[in-house]
Amino acid sequence: MRTLDQTTQEVLDLATKHFQLPAGSLAPGDDFFKKLGIDSLQTLEMLSRLENHFGIELPDYEVQGVSDFKTLAERIQSRL
Amino acid sequence: MLDLSKYQSIGEALRDALDQYANEVCLIEADRDREKERLTYRDFKERAHPLAKALQDGGLSAGDRASIVMTNQSKWLISAYAIFYSGGVLVPLDYKLTPDEQWQLLKHSGATVLITEYPIWRQLSTSAGRVVATNVRTVLVTEAPANGDLAGAERWEEFRGTGEPVLVPRKRPDTACIVYSSGTGGRPKGCMMTHENYLEQCVALTAIYPFWPGVRYLSILPTNHAIDFMVGFFGPFTCGAAVVHLRTLRPEYVREAFPKYKITYVSLVPLVLKNLQKGLQARFEALPSGKRKIFNVLVGLNKALTKNRPRPGFSRLLLKQVHEAFGGELRAIIVGGAFTEPQTLQFFYDLGIPVANGYGLTEAGTAITVNDFKPFRADTVGKPLPGMEVRIVNPAADGVGEVAVRSKTVMAGYLNEPELTAEAIVDGWLLTGDLGRFDGAGHLQLSGRKKNMIVTEEGKNIYPEDIETVFESLPVKEFCVFAANYIWPKRSMVGEKLVLVLHLESGQPSGEELRQDINTRNNRLLNYKRIHGVVLLDEDFPRTASLKIKRNVLAERLAQLDCASAILPL
Repeated sequence: MRTLDQTTQEVLDLATKHFQLPAGSLAPGDDFFKKLGIDSLQTLEMLSRLENHFGIELPDYEVQGVSDFKTLAERIQSRL
Repeated sequence: MLDLSKYQSIGEALRDALDQYANEVCLIEADRDREKERLTYRDFKERAHPLAKALQDGGLSAGDRASIVMTNQSKWLISAYAIFYSGGVLVPLDYKLTPDEQWQLLKHSGATVLITEYPIWRQLSTSAGRVVATNVRTVLVTEAPANGDLAGAERWEEFRGTGEPVLVPRKRPDTACIVYSSGTGGRPKGCMMTHENYLEQCVALTAIYPFWPGVRYLSILPTNHAIDFMVGFFGPFTCGAAVVHLRTLRPEYVREAFPKYKITYVSLVPLVLKNLQKGLQARFEALPSGKRKIFNVLVGLNKALTKNRPRPGFSRLLLKQVHEAFGGELRAIIVGGAFTEPQTLQFFYDLGIPVANGYGLTEAGTAITVNDFKPFRADTVGKPLPGMEVRIVNPAADGVGEVAVRSKTVMAGYLNEPELTAEAIVDGWLLTGDLGRFDGAGHLQLSGRKKNMIVTEEGKNIYPEDIETVFESLPVKEFCVFAANYIWPKRSMVGEKLVLVLHLESGQPSGEELRQDINTRNNRLLNYKRIHGVVLLDEDFPRTASLKIKRNVLAERLAQLDCASAILPL
C-alpha cells in the first residue's frame, strides 16, 4: 500500500511526464490549472491517465473543485 | 408538427407523453463504458409518481418552489417531473457554483425543497452559507452511501409516498421555473419562466429540430441551462424521444457515446466544439498524403452537394469514416451559450455535420433565432423562430442597434426585482443588451454587447466581439477584446480604445513573434477598428458552467490592474 507521500509523488511524476515538463518542476501545492495552463478538458484527460496508472476510478464529482496536486493525491489515496 | 395547444402546464404535457410513449425508451444513463440504466416512459412514471406523492404528502403545493442541484442524470429529470406534477416551481441551479453561491440563490428563490446528490450535499451541508437559507425545509439526497452522514437530509431513493399523486393544475401564465441567468454577478437575476414560455418554445424549436421515438439526444450541457432543459428534457419527452446521460464527461467516453448510442443530436458550447474541430483537424493532417488528397476531394464534393441544403444521406456516404465516428445518425450539433466562430461552423458543415447555430438568452426562453439551413450560413445566427418578433431598436446608419424581442416565450420578469424587470422589458419588448442587425435575407447578425463597445472619434461604433474574429487561432491559451473604458471606466466619450487581453500558455514567451502575429492580424482591420494594446493576465478567464467567458467578472479582475502600466503598446 502506497503512502500519501508516495501517491503525491507519483501524481507529480505522471503530470510532469504527461505535459513534458522538466523533472522537479511541479510541487504538491501547485494549482494545476495555473501551473500547467490547462483547461477543464485537458484536466479530464490528465485524470484518465492517473486512473489508468493507479488502477482506480475517480468519479467526476470527486474531483469537482479540486485544483491542486496535493488534494488530488488525497482523493486518489482514498480510493486505493 | 407538435401540438401542445391543449395544455396549460408542463406537468400536463409530460403526463400525457408518459402514457402515449409508455413502451419507448426515454432515458439511458451510462457511467464510463457501463450502461447503468435504461428506462422506458412507463418505468419513468413508476419512479416519478411515488416521489411526487411523497412531495405532496410533505406539503409541496401549487406555486411552492423546489430546487434541483445535480449533475446530468436520470434522477434530475424524474425529480423535475415530480415537482411539475405537484404544481411546484422548479429552481434549477448550476451544480458548479460554490456552496455559498448555491445557498444564496436557494435563499433568494425561496425554495422549500432541495434535491441534490450526495457529493454535492457533503459540501453544501458543511458550508457556512447554509444558515442563510432557512427556507429550505426538506433536503433529498440521491445515491448516499449506506453509512453516509446525511446531515439532516433524507434519502431520495426512500422518499416515496404510497398511492397515486394528484396532478396539481397550473395555468399557462403561472411560473414554472425560476432560472438564474449566468454572468450577471452580484445581484441574482432569477428569471421567472412561465409554463407558456416553455410550451411555446417547445413547439417552435421542434418544428425546426424535430424529435420522435428513436431519436437520441446526448445531454452534456448542464440541465439547469436553458438549452439542455429544453432540448435535453422537455422537447424530447413531449415527442417520445430518448435522452442519454453520461455520468462522466471524460472526452474518451463522450466520443464513445456517439457510436455506441447512435446519437441524433447533441448540444455543445463553442469551446468544446472548437476542441472537437482541433482533434479532427489533427487526425486529417495525420493522414498519409494520398489518402489526404482523396479526403480533400470528398470534402470538396460534399461541400458542393450541400451548398443549398444539408444532404445527410450523401454526406454519410461520401465521408463514411467521419460520420461513423459520430455514430452515423447525427443530424445536427446544437451550439449555444456563446458566439461561435464562423470558420468552426463551416468546418463541420463541410463535413456534412450541420451545426445548429442560434442566438438566445434565458430571459427570452432559450432560443430567439436559429439557422434553418436553407441555406446554411456560418456568418449569422439565423432567422427568428416561429412566434418570435425581433426588431432592432435605434439602429445606426449601418443597421446595427439593440436587439429587442417580443414573444410568448419571454419571461414574466425577474424574481423580486420589479425595477430590473422594468428596465429589461419595455412595452412588452425584451431589450437584450445585445447588438445586431438584420441582413437582406432576414438573418440576424450579432455585433456585440451594448455596454462593452467603443465609439471612435470618427463616430464609428466598434464592437469587441466583431474584432475578436480576426484573432481566431492566435497561438495563446485564451484571449478577449475589451473596450478599455469598460474595464477602467472613464467619464469621457472621446479617446476610447480597444485592448486585447491575453492569457498565454504556460511558459509561453510574450516575445517578438507573438507581437508580430498580433500586429499582422490587427493590420487586417480597418484603421479605426484596430486594437490599441495588449493586456497580459496570467490566470484562467472566469467562465460560466457553460464555459462562456464571464466578461464582466473578467473586466472586474482586470480593473484591479493599473491601467497605465497594464496596457502594453503594440
